[in-house]
Amino acid sequence: MTIEDRPLLSRVAESVYWMARYIERAENVARFIGVNLHLQLDLEGDSVNQWESLVDTSGDAAVFRERYGEATQSSVLQFLVFDQENPNSIYSCLRSGRENARSVRETISSEMWEQINTMYLRMQAQKSSLDFESVPEFFRDLRFSCHLFQGITDTTMTHSEPWHFLRMGRKLERADKSSRMLDVKYFMLLPSLSDVNTPIDDIHWSAVLKSVSGFEMYRKKYGRLVPRDIVAFLVLDKEFPRAIRYCVHSADQSLRAITGTANGSFAYRSEQLMGRLHADLDFTSVDSVLRDGLHEFLDRLQAKLNTIDDHIQSEFFARGI
Amino acid sequence: MQFDSYQTDGFFDEMFDAEGRPRPEARLLVETIQSAQSDQLARCQHATDRLLLQMGITFNVYGDSAGTEKIFPFDLVPRIVPAHEWDWIERGLRQRVHTLNLFLDDIYHRQQILKDKIIPEEVILSAASYRPQCHGINPPRKVWCHITGTDLVRDRDGQIYVLEDNLRVPSGVSYVLENRDILKRTFPQVFEGLHVRPVEEYPSRLLEMLQSIAPEGFNGTPTVVLLTPGMYNSAYFEHSFLAQRMGIQLVEGRDVEVDDRGVWMRTTKGLRRIDVIYRRIDDDFLDPKVFRPDSLLGVPGLMDAYRAGKVALANAPGNGVADDKVVYAYVPDMIRYYTGEDPILPNVPTYLCWRDKDRDYVLQNLDKLVVKAANESGGYGMLVGPHASAAERAEFAIRIEANPRNYIAQPTLGLSRVPTLIDGVFEGRHVDLRPYVLNGKDIYVLPGGLTRVALRKGSLVVNSSQGGGSKDTWVLAQPRNGANLQGGRR
Repeated sequence: MTIEDRPLLSRVAESVYWMARYIERAENVARFIGVNLHLQLDLEGDSVNQWESLVDTSGDAAVFRERYGEATQSSVLQFLVFDQENPNSIYSCLRSGRENARSVRETISSEMWEQINTMYLRMQAQKSSLDFESVPEFFRDLRFSCHLFQGITDTTMTHSEPWHFLRMGRKLERADKSSRMLDVKYFMLLPSLSDVNTPIDDIHWSAVLKSVSGFEMYRKKYGRLVPRDIVAFLVLDKEFPRAIRYCVHSADQSLRAITGTANGSFAYRSEQLMGRLHADLDFTSVDSVLRDGLHEFLDRLQAKLNTIDDHIQSEFFARGI
Repeated sequence: MQFDSYQTDGFFDEMFDAEGRPRPEARLLVETIQSAQSDQLARCQHATDRLLLQMGITFNVYGDSAGTEKIFPFDLVPRIVPAHEWDWIERGLRQRVHTLNLFLDDIYHRQQILKDKIIPEEVILSAASYRPQCHGINPPRKVWCHITGTDLVRDRDGQIYVLEDNLRVPSGVSYVLENRDILKRTFPQVFEGLHVRPVEEYPSRLLEMLQSIAPEGFNGTPTVVLLTPGMYNSAYFEHSFLAQRMGIQLVEGRDVEVDDRGVWMRTTKGLRRIDVIYRRIDDDFLDPKVFRPDSLLGVPGLMDAYRAGKVALANAPGNGVADDKVVYAYVPDMIRYYTGEDPILPNVPTYLCWRDKDRDYVLQNLDKLVVKAANESGGYGMLVGPHASAAERAEFAIRIEANPRNYIAQPTLGLSRVPTLIDGVFEGRHVDLRPYVLNGKDIYVLPGGLTRVALRKGSLVVNSSQGGGSKDTWVLAQPRNGANLQGGRR
């Protein structure tokens, strides 16, 4: 699959890529929070601070502690949803996503623009107040709005080069967020390797699956909740759309559609790295991942995703090629 | 919804005659509005405002950091232009654009009109918008003003005048297209039975025109791009809208580079050639090597490539000299000089402050006149005498005496009005009209235009930056034949 049609401005490619990443990021933050809220109802009085772990997932824990101190429901919601100074809050993600969309309105479809603009305006109208009853509804709506945006994107925009940059951004972001979610929860829940094959019916593990909308799909495939199988499902599944391997697979596909390079070879460094990561995930077994340490594995994976992003940046977006 | 309490207040009303009867071309529309439920219009108006915001049909306000994007308010009640009147306007615009183009080509070549003393030489050479850098340039097809937005106004007595010619980077056409679109979405029944001429073909006409001015010797389909200052420009919405509707690339200065061979854009696959640039950046910022050196928006070296015929620019740099407010006063003479015809569309009588006699008159009659700075637009640098305070008038008198070349004055026109929905009732509000004219292989006049409306009670300033809004403009089609009008059946 090669793309031979009209040239794509580097600046536009970059904006489209980031637009997708920001919307995906907003959706993931909404997912994490939504599940946490749910979990909290089941874990009255539990010693583990769920809100603390949510801040860890976001990757901005240091900034949070400096600005807010203790992690409570209200401080974490404020930080992750409304804080305009936190570049990864939902508000900031929607604002940045929209700014990027606005700069490429002529490239995306009008319907996409209208949806992203509506999401932003609604968020703006919400300002910084969420009364307790409207909280679950708010996150549910936000998730659906993001899904709607993706549906509109895939059905109204030609699947040519700009769309592939968009999809690549979305999938890389999703792979990164899925890995963070798993990493934080795994570290917290299962420090000892010996428990890995024990069936559990832990509310935390179902929460992890629910946060990536994977609970039902997991049940269909594996039935019982077994940590090893959950890791296999979230990291190495070939068919589940939020599994890391699936995400890297589609990002790789889009990158090849953009460059036109044949399978089994590469013309860009980003392609080489993405292809390697893809192959790694294809030929890795869950047992070896667990044996070598899931945390170490996910850590390396996130570093690889970052390096790929850097190379995409310099090979396709940089000015003055 | 009724017009019972509607007053024309002695102004020319585009919908009702002096006796308060609907004008023939507006009768059907008035009936439709009257038969609508009283709150229906208000509901449509509300839906429209929401739609504008949702669709992001906004403009950016400079110097307003809080909420920098605003919607350009759109009033549902259209302005109607009957076929015979439009026919006259269209002929007048063709004549005017044709003339102004000849004038520009003359000014940047032989300057015959100055040698023949039709226009005093110092008027041209002292115009801030005169660009010596453009001397001797031969744009493709000898076209300078590719896109013109001429502002028309109607006075109390019903006479239509040209208020100003906009030959640099006229904006607003996107609102013409979006207003029509939105009115069809929110209030479709008003179109029933009326033959409103469509405006939807503008983007394809524009693209065709832009392709037709590709540098000479070009074969195949030229690559046309729209050059924008970027998303913080007040007209950014329009730039992306037009690029989208034409299916062309929207580029910024930082996407473009110039070398000996031509002009290029930076793409994910390397450099790609550009043949025609519809530039929406002012002359001043277009090329820092030729105009303002501090410009970060433009493309260094662009003027060299243009002069060498490697790329075409629309509109041509240097056009500002033809829409300078002092030069404006000479357009009727230009028309006679270049075409031998009498002007079809009249100018507003204009006093030039650099003439001693005119200046004395202006200074003595500031309370009756509108004074404008020659080189400003957007409603800035303007004094509306009858509405101004004594202090404001005194301040303008000082400015005029200090720099008479920079000021002109005109009688305060009682701009015509159109019923406008204000807090649920109809009130008369003053309007102007900006039609759009394209000039490439031939001249095309879009059957419609931007009707701008001063939403503040009594205000004559229609600019979006000063509390103005817009209306849809309906140019009616010529009735095809009598039988159709009678509603005869086949």
